[in-house]
Amino acid sequence: MKNDVNAYVQPGTGHKPTPEGSAAQDSARQGLAPESLAIEVRGVTKSYGRTRVLDGLDLTLQWGQVLSVLGPNGSGKTTLLKILATLTRPDAGSVRIAGMDPDKAASRVRRATGVVMHDPMLYADLTGRENLRFFCRMFGLDGSEERIAESVRRVGMTSRLDQRVGTLSHGMQKRFSIARALLHRPRVLLMDEPESGLDLSAIELMRDVVTATKAGGGAVLLVTHNFDQALGLGDRLAILGRGKVAHEEALRPVQGAAGGKANTTSPEALRELYLKHSGESR
Amino acid sequence: MTSLLDRLLRWPVTAVLWKDVVLETRTKDTLVSVFVFALLSIVVFNFALNPTPQNVAVVAPGILWVAFTFGGVLGLTRSFAVEKERGGMQSLLLTPAGRDSIYLGKVLSIFVFMIAVEVVTFPIFAVIYNLPLAAPEFIPVALLATLGIAAVGTLFSAMAVNTRAREVMLPLLFLPIAVPVIVAAVEASRPAITGEPWGDAIQWLPILGVFDVVFLVICSLGFGYVVQD
Repeated sequence: MKNDVNAYVQPGTGHKPTPEGSAAQDSARQGLAPESLAIEVRGVTKSYGRTRVLDGLDLTLQWGQVLSVLGPNGSGKTTLLKILATLTRPDAGSVRIAGMDPDKAASRVRRATGVVMHDPMLYADLTGRENLRFFCRMFGLDGSEERIAESVRRVGMTSRLDQRVGTLSHGMQKRFSIARALLHRPRVLLMDEPESGLDLSAIELMRDVVTATKAGGGAVLLVTHNFDQALGLGDRLAILGRGKVAHEEALRPVQGAAGGKANTTSPEALRELYLKHSGESR
Repeated sequence: MTSLLDRLLRWPVTAVLWKDVVLETRTKDTLVSVFVFALLSIVVFNFALNPTPQNVAVVAPGILWVAFTFGGVLGLTRSFAVEKERGGMQSLLLTPAGRDSIYLGKVLSIFVFMIAVEVVTFPIFAVIYNLPLAAPEFIPVALLATLGIAAVGTLFSAMAVNTRAREVMLPLLFLPIAVPVIVAAVEASRPAITGEPWGDAIQWLPILGVFDVVFLVICSLGFGYVVQD
């Protein structure tokens, strides 16, 4: 299996860009149009049985941005993430990740995305190293030991690398889960409540990961219940309600974006909006 | 040698197999449960049917394959329960590896575990039922039949693991489809186990081979739909 994303370089990771390993060449190898959006969701509908979870949802995420997605329970946040992660298909509408259609190029989409879900998605009876090595193999990555060392360093788990994952606390497992998502140096990070179970120092490391991905030209979709986290990390905020984007706005101006404007809504007003949509879902 | 192994393990099929083998060496959940169930079945049938030299050739192959098949069901349930527990299956599906590669890796690991149990159980079975210990003709039958059981069982195990009553659902889904393999295995095992000449029983071997190919192709195509959320 050929690896086509191993050249993606993020600042602060200690990886120097090489002539054959630049992000531009990486994009070319993946067939990405440089100007394409990181995530483009148009009119996506998804039902489970008679329950319509997503109802014509529209969402975009530009490169170099973090989009915080807030929403009450049952608003479709996790379903949206599963669709973007190619774990499920929408009933209607279109999705493009890094310019690619997951239906037609699922494998390339998976190479371009790193996913952190609520579950650690690791094997409890394997050590952290064995887990990460296994996923390096599944991704067909070269230089697995260097990648493992780099990704665990970023989440501060180097000293626990040879410990069985099942013996670690939930927070430590979550850190390994983030390390797993970083192994193939994805351009798009999809994170479902990444802060849950993490202590303060781990949350800081997670924030560093998000910031570094953004600074490296990647994009992060952050699904969270933590309002402060959403405001602190996001460049844009989307509040989901009843399977749609109920409210969306830029939280800070985007570098290089023509006419990029920050929001005019105060955090308190945004919180009120969020609570209003939470109330509606109840 | 290490580099060759490393290159081999970069194939998703072998990577999944390696992962399952390492997990099994740590927990021994599947091997122990399948072995104990197969052994108990053989012993219970021995007391229930009290086989004599006159009827042992008729009943022994059936007993053997009932033990292996039902023991295999336990192993199949366990194999996907491990994937379900902490979102392991989701993590596999997030990799660029094809669904068919993941399926084949799981088939191979279940095949390896079942063969390991059969290697240990068969001599005990031969001693209990007073049959020849050395039965080289049984090897191709065991390999082909076990592959067929693993091929069908893997698909239905992946299907059943998402249901609430997976322990009940798996045999209900799997056994009706696996019946042709089990019947062929029983028929092909008779001369191999009793030391009689192959005769007409040899025709069951290509039938088993065809079943394996058909099941592997159909089930690997269906696996992607089964694991889709």
